[in-house]
Amino acid sequence: MQEKTKPNLPQKQVVLPFKKSVEIAVKSIKSRFFRTLITTMSLILAISFYAYIKVNLDIISSIAASNDQTAIQKLSLQGIEVPEEGRALGLSPQERWILFLSLLVCVVGIVNTQLMAVADRFREIGTMKCLGALDRFILRLFLIEAVLQGLIGSALGGAAGAVIAFLGALIKYGSSVIGLISLNQILTSVLSAIVLGCLLSIVGVLYPALLAAKMQPVEAMRGRD
Amino acid sequence: MGKAVVQVLKGIDLDIKAGEYVSIMGPSGSGKTTLFNMIGGLDKPSSGSVYIDEIDISQLDAYELAWLRCRKIGYIFQTFNIIQVMTALENVTLPMVFAGIPDDEARERGMDLLDLVGLKKRFLHKPFELSGGQQQRVAIARALANDPAIILADEPTGNLDLTTGEEIIKLLKLLSREKGVTIISATHDLKMLNVSDRVIWISDGKIEKIEKREELSISLGRIGEK
Repeated sequence: MQEKTKPNLPQKQVVLPFKKSVEIAVKSIKSRFFRTLITTMSLILAISFYAYIKVNLDIISSIAASNDQTAIQKLSLQGIEVPEEGRALGLSPQERWILFLSLLVCVVGIVNTQLMAVADRFREIGTMKCLGALDRFILRLFLIEAVLQGLIGSALGGAAGAVIAFLGALIKYGSSVIGLISLNQILTSVLSAIVLGCLLSIVGVLYPALLAAKMQPVEAMRGRD
Repeated sequence: MGKAVVQVLKGIDLDIKAGEYVSIMGPSGSGKTTLFNMIGGLDKPSSGSVYIDEIDISQLDAYELAWLRCRKIGYIFQTFNIIQVMTALENVTLPMVFAGIPDDEARERGMDLLDLVGLKKRFLHKPFELSGGQQQRVAIARALANDPAIILADEPTGNLDLTTGEEIIKLLKLLSREKGVTIISATHDLKMLNVSDRVIWISDGKIEKIEKREELSISLGRIGEK
């Protein structure tokens, strides 16, 4: 049998420190601001919708749980049935379905824009690989970018949703609701929206990023301008 | 898309000495780029082997190949391939980051390299603020980042005008002489032949002839026509 000569390369190491990865990712987001904005937009919209629904529910629950009869009456006027004592208000099946659909559409949108982003960056990815980048560096760069986009997008979306729900409540139920709302509950809802947004962003970038990472340097170099 | 097996290179037997300046010439479709990619470890031969410093690179795994590309080989491309979102200096230091060189040292070496290619003052410029020739200079500095043994240049003057191309060729020649780097370039550019130690003519996947510089006959009248 032919003997495989495994070479002994001295002090082999190829690294990309985490700090550097973040630096590069931030740079890339900054200089592709418009593209990032589009990718993030669908996330902002979906998450603001999610946050709106959650916060709205929080507000209604706290009104229903209060002893403020005028506010409860206004609830009934809006067509919201106050549940019996001890039972929590939940989302209706339709609301749940719409929420699910909106999040799904959001993920599909992210996959779509990220695939375009990867195609745009064929050359850059190929160059990095020629300079010694490993598959996982490329994967990591895309994931960090996605997390950053997720954080920013869902923070904006979450805040927008909460504000809209709050203003809506002010108009519908009057200023007396301010005293009834539990800030903790709303913060929890917004936080859950942000976590969800990050998850969606990561799920959306996974396939495009894997595609980019697996690319051979030559293939990438042949990529269009 | 179907996958047809095409035998591109048919028995190339080639030794390149350290510090040599070699040009590979040949019509398009002759297997020039394939040979080039094989030498650079960008592509693996389905049979046969490529040795760099006694190391058979067709036996290397992905990690070792990345290391090889990072430390041993510097690439220069026809389309420059400067990373658009980074400044000149960041482009030059990127291979050093991969090689694990600390920031300060990388910056210092990056500035020295930019100085070497005459772009010290423009280290903060992004690629779109640089001309083609300047971008190629940045690419040369980047290729030198980790003191590679070999520089592979694929049509380095292909996208440049005559004078700029000449400057780039002079720079490459200077580097090969001063740093002892082996330079292998695939090219159509006849100006390149003037400075090459050897010219390898490829056609139809085989070596047609190998000429030493002394043997070359370049008619000046043809220079300039592409």
